[in-house]
Amino acid sequence: MSAARDDILAKIRAANPGPAAEVAPGPIPARGRGGPAELRQRFYGGLDAAGVSHATVKARSEVGGEIERFLRELGAAGPVVASEDPMLDGCGLDRVAGLRRGVPDAGDAVSITGTVAGIAETGTLMVRSGPDIANALHFLTDTHVAVVDAGCIVGAYEDAFALLRAGGAPMPRNVTLITGPSRSSDIERILQIGVHGPRTLHVVVCDAGPAA
Amino acid sequence: MTETARERPTVGFFATCLVDLFRPSVGFAAARLIERAGYRVEVPRAQSCCGQPSYNSGDRKAARRGARRAVAAFHGFEHVVVPSGSCGAMFVRHFPDLLADDPEWAGKAAALAGRTYELVDFLARVAGWRPEAARPPSGSVTYHDSCSGLRELGIREQPRALLAAAGGPELREMEGSDICCGFGGTFCVKYPAISEAMADKKIDSIEATGADAVVGGDLGCLLHIEGRLSRRGSAVGARHVAEILDGGEG
Amino acid sequence: MQADSARFPENVAAARRDETLLGALHRLQRDARAGRAETVSKLPEFEALRDAARDIRNGALANLAGNLERFEENVVANGGEVHWCRDAAEACAAVARICREAGAKTVAKGKSMVSEEIRLNAALIDAGFDTVETDLGEYVLQLRDETPSHIVIPAIHLTKDQFAETFRGAHDTLPEDRPLEEARAITDEARGALRDVFLRADVGITGANFLIAETGSVAIVTNEGNGDLAQSLPRTHVVVTGIEKALGTVEEALTLIRVLARSATGQEISAYTTFATGAKRADDAAGPENFHVVLVDNGRGDLLAGPKREILRCIRCGACQTVCPVYGAVGGHAYGAVYAGPVGSVLTPALSGLEKSKHLPEASSFCGACEGVCPVRIPLPRLLRMWREDAFQAHLGPKVLRWGLFAWSTLTAWPWAYRTAGAIGGRMLRLMAMGRGRLTRLPFAGKWTGGRDLPVPEGGTFVGKWHRRRGK
Repeated sequence: MSAARDDILAKIRAANPGPAAEVAPGPIPARGRGGPAELRQRFYGGLDAAGVSHATVKARSEVGGEIERFLRELGAAGPVVASEDPMLDGCGLDRVAGLRRGVPDAGDAVSITGTVAGIAETGTLMVRSGPDIANALHFLTDTHVAVVDAGCIVGAYEDAFALLRAGGAPMPRNVTLITGPSRSSDIERILQIGVHGPRTLHVVVCDAGPAA
Repeated sequence: MTETARERPTVGFFATCLVDLFRPSVGFAAARLIERAGYRVEVPRAQSCCGQPSYNSGDRKAARRGARRAVAAFHGFEHVVVPSGSCGAMFVRHFPDLLADDPEWAGKAAALAGRTYELVDFLARVAGWRPEAARPPSGSVTYHDSCSGLRELGIREQPRALLAAAGGPELREMEGSDICCGFGGTFCVKYPAISEAMADKKIDSIEATGADAVVGGDLGCLLHIEGRLSRRGSAVGARHVAEILDGGEG
Repeated sequence: MQADSARFPENVAAARRDETLLGALHRLQRDARAGRAETVSKLPEFEALRDAARDIRNGALANLAGNLERFEENVVANGGEVHWCRDAAEACAAVARICREAGAKTVAKGKSMVSEEIRLNAALIDAGFDTVETDLGEYVLQLRDETPSHIVIPAIHLTKDQFAETFRGAHDTLPEDRPLEEARAITDEARGALRDVFLRADVGITGANFLIAETGSVAIVTNEGNGDLAQSLPRTHVVVTGIEKALGTVEEALTLIRVLARSATGQEISAYTTFATGAKRADDAAGPENFHVVLVDNGRGDLLAGPKREILRCIRCGACQTVCPVYGAVGGHAYGAVYAGPVGSVLTPALSGLEKSKHLPEASSFCGACEGVCPVRIPLPRLLRMWREDAFQAHLGPKVLRWGLFAWSTLTAWPWAYRTAGAIGGRMLRLMAMGRGRLTRLPFAGKWTGGRDLPVPEGGTFVGKWHRRRGK
């Protein structure tokens, strides 16, 4: 295509005369394995360590009520925007005052999104963009509330990608592993929470019953 | 026991140039320890410098000459013992690399590497020797882990085990015992300001323990630390671990 | 303002007088030691993961051409475009062209060491684009016209007062009575100012931690979230990265992610690890319409062909800087290069020539602490020694040292002569010391005795005494 492309690739090929190398991913740590109950406990522990508050509800319809309680106790004021992720349908989000669903804008104070998975290994959330989710929902607001389906709490990062790509689904434009709120230690290495992304991250786990 | 000196396994002792030229007493202390551990010590006259100054200054040719000389001088010994992790690592890690493409010497260098040990590693691990807790403990020391011994030869627990078995002096661990003292061979004269800054950090850690002396396995580091301690007017001494384990006997 | 590698000794002297810098470096190294130890202790598989990470990076380099072609194919299939650039000039021109075609006024930049390497900011500002760094540390450095002094903590050399003072000077809308004493207030001030930049930016530029061939994805790892805003809000997302970052699969990246943050900051994982694949899809709710990946060679292909190719395994965690006692004594700016510390002392001679940067490979005690923490096990001291060999061959070192070494290696070739000379030298030192155990000054040895006494030899040589005493 371009002379630069040819030059660069030719140089690399000349430096690598051998056959293609076999490459294997590394071991999955033991903390990323275990039964459902164990993984949930580890996931909660990881959220705690990352500075993420969390609550569990027994039915999908209770999610909205929990979010309403959380925002009230937090004292969050301002517009609330939720994604159009079908995962949030039937969650009773109408209990959250001033909520709209769609794309966020600069004035929004709170965002509510679903998640692809919760990852026990480090208390990490996997979120994605798509027709139903604007990626900025995960980063633009001061407060982000993420809903996790207890059945989607997995052990390791690899398990979350397996869920995401199940049945050969293509990668969405954006997939993010989120672990705790936005942070920086750039100023004298003093930890500051909430730099460009959310200052507060709250997780609502929807656990409809004992795991299969 | 009817074992005679003749039947004892023989150790070829590589003194290192700093012990040879600056602190012969460290060499004698080390040799006595090896003998006490049940070995006969031989000191080949053909030894001089392992070539590390050339090697680390980029003069590979001179380093190869030094390597060949050392390999020749110590060929045939069952064990070779070196009272320095830094020179020991030249034998164990770097000679095989330096002579890898030399058909005459590659095999000998590899064989020598497999038979060469740093002093305390040899005493603790190969000989399985432990000092007898002879006298009541007196004074206190802190142990500096010299970089080459620690990272290239895995020497960490060995000197501590031997010092503990000796029953004294008391070992007081310093903060960051594994941080470089700033000697680094020619580095210490090429960049004296950095080298002295590193020595000062090390000495701050040493002094914070309140120990009477810093002990280590590499005379280069020890002379460097000693020189800076002395310049700072500190009362803390610097001793080679062989001297402490030997108990200073004659 | 960029310090010069060639003036390393002068830079060192200046750094040693900067108490603020020395305090910051001391705290960094002390805390990072403890932090890394704690994080590593919680992951029993850490050493096995380092082995795997090394193997993955080696495999990625071995398969680099194929990985890059497959990556490009998948980027294009997802509506993006790949630009191949041989050097800094081509890369800057490519990014400027993209910005021009996007009709850009404002460019929001995420943190990228490659963009520092090719001096992208200057090029874009020259081309008329309002280009703003959005990483908190990089932003304050841009305002102060300084360069990063650490790969992951770019403004480690600054105090919070210097942050505050910089913002007071640069932010017109900042009321004089608003207090900026606390890190929180300073952070909020930057958050507010940069929020406007994100919202008005036409182009967002990020770096890349990994490129994934099988999906055409670009992975970036951040803590602040600026890289995510920069690639979500503007119409155009440009990735500027080195060619060596291409991996085969997502799973390979996940292994590397397990060692990256633990090595970089002592975190188990950074707050945000984001995979961007192509442009906004036709039915996506939002996202950048245009996606460009600018692949930069800038000497990497040459490194790949040479004996120092292992340095290309580097995943830019900065652990070798954080642990290095030389870095700890002088800070990043003394190196006078984009990449400071051990990794920089290997990379800089390749990027800007050995003659100009000849001090850097020499300024190491070869303590090996860097190799001890490197998540991909780069043998940094060995690579530094290779540069010293190149410098020796090219006669770049000081003559006096060269002659001294020649004399020493010649003398030691004759053990008897070496020992006789050593004994005579020792006797002279003893005479000069006049009965004291140490010398405080010694002609021709000022580099030692300037700051250290010289312990005086005991007298005689070990080998000589041994053979006399033992009668052999």
